[in-house]
Order: sequence, then C-alpha cells, then structure tokens
Amino acid sequence: MEGLDSILAEQPFFAALEPELSKIVSGCARNRRFDAGSYIFHEGDDADEFYLIRHGRVALEMVAPGQAPVVFNTLGSGDILGASWLVPPYKWMFDARAVELTRAVGIDAKCLRGKCEADHHLGYEMMKRFLPVFVRRLHATRLQILDVYGKRGK
Amino acid sequence: MTAAFPANAFVPTAYRVIRQRREMRDVATLELSAAAGELPTFAPGQFNMLYAFGVGEVAISVSGDPGNRGRFVHTLRAVGAVSTALARLEAGQMLGLRGPFGTGWPMTAAVGSDLVIIAGGLGLAPLRPALYHLLSHRADYGGITVLYGTRHPRDILYRREIERWRRRLDLDIEITVDHADRAWHGHVGVVPALIPRAAIDPENTFALVCGPEAMMRFTVAGLRDAGLAPERIYLSMERNMKCALGLCGRCQFGPTFICKDGPVMRFDRILQIFATREI
Ligand SMILES: Cc1cc2nc3c(=O)[nH]c(=O)nc-3n(C[C@H](O)[C@H](O)[C@H](O)COP(=O)(O)OP(=O)(O)OC[C@H]3O[C@@H](n4cnc5c(N)ncnc54)[C@H](O)[C@@H]3O)c2cc1C
Ligand code: FES
Repeated sequence: MEGLDSILAEQPFFAALEPELSKIVSGCARNRRFDAGSYIFHEGDDADEFYLIRHGRVALEMVAPGQAPVVFNTLGSGDILGASWLVPPYKWMFDARAVELTRAVGIDAKCLRGKCEADHHLGYEMMKRFLPVFVRRLHATRLQILDVYGKRGK
Repeated sequence: MTAAFPANAFVPTAYRVIRQRREMRDVATLELSAAAGELPTFAPGQFNMLYAFGVGEVAISVSGDPGNRGRFVHTLRAVGAVSTALARLEAGQMLGLRGPFGTGWPMTAAVGSDLVIIAGGLGLAPLRPALYHLLSHRADYGGITVLYGTRHPRDILYRREIERWRRRLDLDIEITVDHADRAWHGHVGVVPALIPRAAIDPENTFALVCGPEAMMRFTVAGLRDAGLAPERIYLSMERNMKCALGLCGRCQFGPTFICKDGPVMRFDRILQIFATREI
C-alpha cells in the first residue's frame, strides 16, 4: 500500500513541503473512503477532521428550515474540504455529502493544530497553503453572490 | 468611406422569422431568413442590429452555424422594451436587420492550437458559432474544452445540443451552476473555478470568453493564473449601441468603439481599460 506521506506529496496542496514536515503531517493523516450518497459531516458536528480529496466529488449543502437542501458548492480531486477545524468553536457550518464514491486523506484536526502550535515553522507553511485556498473561495463566493446571469439591476 | 460598410449598413433590411424556440421563460431563439435577396455571410462572434418595428433597435450576436448560409440565428433575453418585443416575435412575423458587424473570434489564428471556450449564462450564444466552426473543421484544431457556467440547472442554454456534444470524444464540456438542488450531480460553483481543473497547456491554448463582465474579470484572472498570456485571451465585450458603424460614439470603451474594434477583443489590447471601472 502507498505510504500516506507519498500520497500527500503527490497532492498539489502539499507541493514543495519539506519532507520532514510532510512526515509530521502524515502522522495526523489516514485514508478515508465515502460511498456515493453518504455524508462526510453534518452542520453542527465537531470539526475534528478535515479532508484532502483524492478522487470523487463532494457537495456542500445548507438546509433552511422547511426548505429543500441547497447545494452551494462542489469540490473534487485536489481540493481541501473544511475550514472550520481552524477556528474555534471548531464546528461544521454546513453538510458535506459524497456525490460519487470519494477517496480522501482525512487529517486529524486536533493533532495538526497541536503540531502547528508546537512548531511554528510547520504552522506557517500550513497557513501559506490554506490561506490562498480560502481567499480564492471568498472571491468565488462574491462572484456567486452577484448573481450575474440574470437581468441587470434585478 | 461608406463603401467599407455592408450594403444594409444604414437602413435595416426586412427579415422574416421562420422559427421561434423558447429556450427559457425570458429567452428565445429566432431563425431569420431574408425577405428578399441573399443572406450575407458572417464570422463567428459578429452581431446584427435587430429592429423591432416601431419599438427600436438592439445589438444581438449571431448564435447560429456559420456553415448554414440560409438563415441567421439569434438568441436573446427579454430585458427591456426592444428585446421583449423581439423575443415575442413568432414564425411568420417580420423584423428589420442591419449587419453583420464587428470583429469575430480568432478562428484562423487558433488553427493548430488547443482552445478553451468559457461562457457564462447567455454568453454561450456568441460562442456557439465558434463551436460549430471548430466541430466542422475538427482536424484543424487541438484539444477543445468548453467551460460553461449558469445560474441553475434549469437555465442551461441549448440543453439538447450540449447533451449531444457531451457524448463526443473529441470535446470536453464541463458545466457548473451557481445553485442547485440535490438532483443535480454536476459542479456547483462559479465558472472560473473550473479553470484549474481543466488541463490547460498555456503555451498552446487560446481562450475565448463571453459572459457578464464580472464573470469575465474573474475568468481572465483564472486564465492568467493558469499561465495564459494576455494575447491568447479573447473577450466579447458588450456596450449599448446606436449606429454600429463607429460613427456615433455610443459604444465607446476607452479609446475603442465596441461596434467596430469589437465586440471580440484581444485582452492585451484592452488590458488597461478593462481594469478601469465605469468605462
Ligand atoms: C455586441 C453585442 C452583442 C449582444 N448580443 C446579445 C445576444 O446575443 N443576446 C442578448 O440577449 N443580448 C445581447 N446583447 C445585449 C442586448 O443588446 C441588450 O440586452 C439590449 O440592448 C437591451 O435593450 P432593451 O431596449 O430591450 O433594454 P433596455 O431598455 O436597454 O434595458 C432594460 C433593462 O435591462 C438591463 N439590461 C440591458 N442590457 C442587458 C444585458 N445585456 N443583460 C442583462 N441586462 C441588461 C438594463 O440595465 C435595464 O435595467 C448584445 C449587446 C452587444 C453590444
Ligand atoms: S454604436 Fe455608434 S460608434 Fe459604436
């Protein structure tokens, strides 16, 4: 079986991460598999693990009372699933559902937070990778909010 | 001076609607044939001025197959008085037409290269003639990828045709929607988010982009991140028009006139003005 650190090293997200740091991260990682239709987490659950998607597709959903769930984003191979593990109170704010068979590397959030706290160099390397992902998603969300495809000024 | 203009540059010619298809609640596709005489040829990306009698005239891109000489096809959304009057026309009714006008997509410059076609919403309409051209000259081009974003799965334009194209092995089509319910198994998110997933070879790819301006800004940023040089990116720009002949200045975009220097423009030529708001 492939070692987790070599799986991580293949992911663009961890590109150019020093091998020693990659080893530390893989110490918090495990392989995960989610069947099509199964939930990876639900809103309100503890955000104690986040995921690097290797294959498959994951839908992020929000549910408003009395309404059908709305899918507001989908993620696929190479994407990071979950940010709430980084900020207190470490609770998921939406549901994540595997749309098709999805394989991912699950990273124990508490374990990685602890290691980043103990080794700020690792912490900084991680932040340098996470921040652009979240900024890109923020920009995309802004474009989505503009609802550009309708009649102007509507 | 006027010799450079098409024969019907100033006065609309009568055209008959031979078919009307309702694409969505407020979007219709009209097939038009000339009431008399021959139909002029057009290049993918060009537009006509369509005149709803007694209401007014608006610029609408040609959305049909450039290989089909017998008719003009236009897809339009009813947003105001003129476009609503046009979208309501039925088979047999008449309208006025001037054109075709403007620049086209770089179909010749792109020979031998890969293409990524990125459309947002109704922006697929001006790109469809380019796709027809590519598919009927398939051997002349490298890989073809279409990235299409729209609001909701029910707003997918030319749905049946897209389903047919998706079955082709020589064309990659990815569709993303802004919102969906659980019945949708495709991508959800904005169209620029599809760019990093498309295996683009920046040295050998031309990008053709059309959609709302905000979507094009994000798309250009995504293409630049993917390594595409500005001179490989083409955008179709929209500004309200009056004369469509470069005479009145209504469609001015910085130092250029969209009606004659555009609508299709190479990004390096508009880079400065594109970055300026309210032009
Ligand atoms: C080169 C070129 C090609 C074009 N191709 C097409 C095409 O293929 N299909 C098509 O439907 N339209 C196309 N347009 C846009 C079309 O010309 C306008 O929608 C039209 O001029 C609106 O005129 P109106 O009198 O019906 O509405 P107006 O009275 O001018 O506008 C009514 C309302 O609609 C809004 N509005 C105006 N234009 C748009 C728009 N494009 N999108 C969303 N909201 C708008 C206005 O802000 C206003 O609130 C093109 C424009 C250009 C310049
Ligand atoms: S519309 Fe008159 S100059 Fe372009």
